[in-house]
This record gives sequence, structure tokens and C-alpha cells, in this order.
Amino acid sequence: MITVVVNDTPRPTKRGETVADLMAILDVPSRGVAVAVNGEVVRRADWPAHRLLDGDRVEVLTAAQGG
Amino acid sequence: MDDRFVLGGVEFGSRLILGTGGASSLHSLEQALLAGGTELVTLALRRIDPGLPAGLLDVLERCGVRLLPNTAGCYTAADAVRTAHLARDAFDTDWIKLEVIGDDRTLLPDAVELLRAAERLVDDGFTVLPYTTDDPVLARRLADLGCAAVMPAGAPIGSGLGISNPHHIELIREAVRCPVILDAGIGTASDAARAMELGCDAVLLASAVTRAADPVAMATAMRHAVLAGRLASQAGRIPVRRHALASTAADGLPTW
Repeated sequence: MITVVVNDTPRPTKRGETVADLMAILDVPSRGVAVAVNGEVVRRADWPAHRLLDGDRVEVLTAAQGG
Repeated sequence: MDDRFVLGGVEFGSRLILGTGGASSLHSLEQALLAGGTELVTLALRRIDPGLPAGLLDVLERCGVRLLPNTAGCYTAADAVRTAHLARDAFDTDWIKLEVIGDDRTLLPDAVELLRAAERLVDDGFTVLPYTTDDPVLARRLADLGCAAVMPAGAPIGSGLGISNPHHIELIREAVRCPVILDAGIGTASDAARAMELGCDAVLLASAVTRAADPVAMATAMRHAVLAGRLASQAGRIPVRRHALASTAADGLPTW
């Protein structure tokens, strides 16, 4: 197992898990979600190929009310 | 009268742009958006929280509005650019309301970081709508960079102070060819009408509606105010005089 930090919360994760795998586990909505890993945007099209590494900091963002 | 409002190559029937921030519930927000007749609505990007109610995008889809994601909360050009790219991926739009804030007391833009971010995002192919100060020189610099509009603050965000420096809003209108959208500071309907009378092409507001005691009534008022202000700005108002000018002719006045 490795540990990735998702929205500031450490999370044990299987080695080789991709961003797409993580999104499926987190059960995020099918639209309106964006992801950055270590401050870099990982576009939705790249989720299946982007493997997470130990210590990665993942931000998972979605629509919120704002002016 | 041909009075089209074209922004970023898209034609809009409404010159009222509404923000979704501050609404007490999604139901209240939906009713207010419909009452305002808006076609362009801002939203933000925040960490996903399974405990929070989802459904904002469903509401906006039902209202049939175009999405305008913002970069609220960003203090540096780098943060704002990253947020814009995330918003593009999340919401499938390259439109961005660019906010780069200088401090949390006034929430006024940081001019240096704003210009930096605007230049980068225009280069990256975004339709950039920058929230800016009421400085005509800065507005011109943003327009020159290729921003799709400039959006000067009438007063600090959420203050409801109205338009602190109407003269500067007029100067901005003269300084740029792109649309000018009064963004922030609006408190009530007369502020929105005034913005339009000063020559603004549209008004963007959130708190004035969402935090009003009756958001639907205030959204309705804003819809009428923007229409009234726009019509008045195009109607050729009478000059201001120091003394009265009778509207009834003196000719034919009987003598007794």
C-alpha cells in the first residue's frame, strides 16, 4: 500500500491505482469534477492513465455556489 | 431597436448576470435565477464534500443558463490560472470570471497579478472576463490583452455600497471597446439602473439578490432595473439644468 493525500486527508491506496480508480472509489459525480495532483491539473481524459504515487497530494474539486 | 448584447461571441437576451454565492438553498437560488431572467451565471470550484448537497449543476441546467466559473479566493496569478484550467475541465467551458484578490478586507483585485493571469489565460485560449478595479487605465490594459470584457467593481464585493466612483465607470466605458460589466457593490435596483445609465453593457451581482430578505422579489427588481437603465442610457436623456424649464407653453396664457 501507498499513501496519497486527498483534499488534505491521508488515504491508504493500492499501488498502481489511477486517478480514475480513485474517483470511482470516491464515487464522485459523473460531471463537474476536476482533479489536480501535486498542483498540476490532470484532465479527465488523462484520469485512466495517471497512476498515483506514494505521497501524492490530490485535490478533488467540484461545483460550488460562488459570485 | 437593435440592442444586442454580444459577449465573447455569444448573443444574450439578458444584460443581468447573476452569481450563485450566498443563496440560502438551491431552491431559493433557482427561483431567483428564473425571476431575474438571467442567461449567464457564475459558480465556483471547491473541494468535493460528500456531506454537502450536490445539485447546483442540475439547477443551472434546468434554468438553461450558460456557466461562468470564477477563480474566487485566488491571491496569485498562478493560483488563478490553475483554477481556470480546473474549471475548464470540470465544466467544459473556456469562459472564466477572473478574480485575483489583493487582500481579504476589501477583496479588491491585485492589479499586477490580475494582468499577469489575464495575459496567460488569453494565451491559453480562454474567454477572460476579469473582475477589476474602477481604474480606467487598468481596464484599458486588460482590454488590450484581449479580455472579452472588463468588469469593474462599483464597490467592494458584498458591500452593497453601490457605485463609489460613477465618473470612473464612465471613463472606463470611454476607454475600451469591449463590453463593460459592472461587477460587485450593487445593493439595490437603483444601483443596477445607474450602472446601465453610466454606459455599462451589463451588470453582474450576487449578494444583492441572494442575501435579500426576498431574493425572488429582488431578482425581479434587478431584471427591471437593468432594462430600465439600458433603455434610459439609449434614450438621450435631457440635460441637467440649474433652474426650471416649464413644460407647459406660456403662449395662450390668459390675462385677467
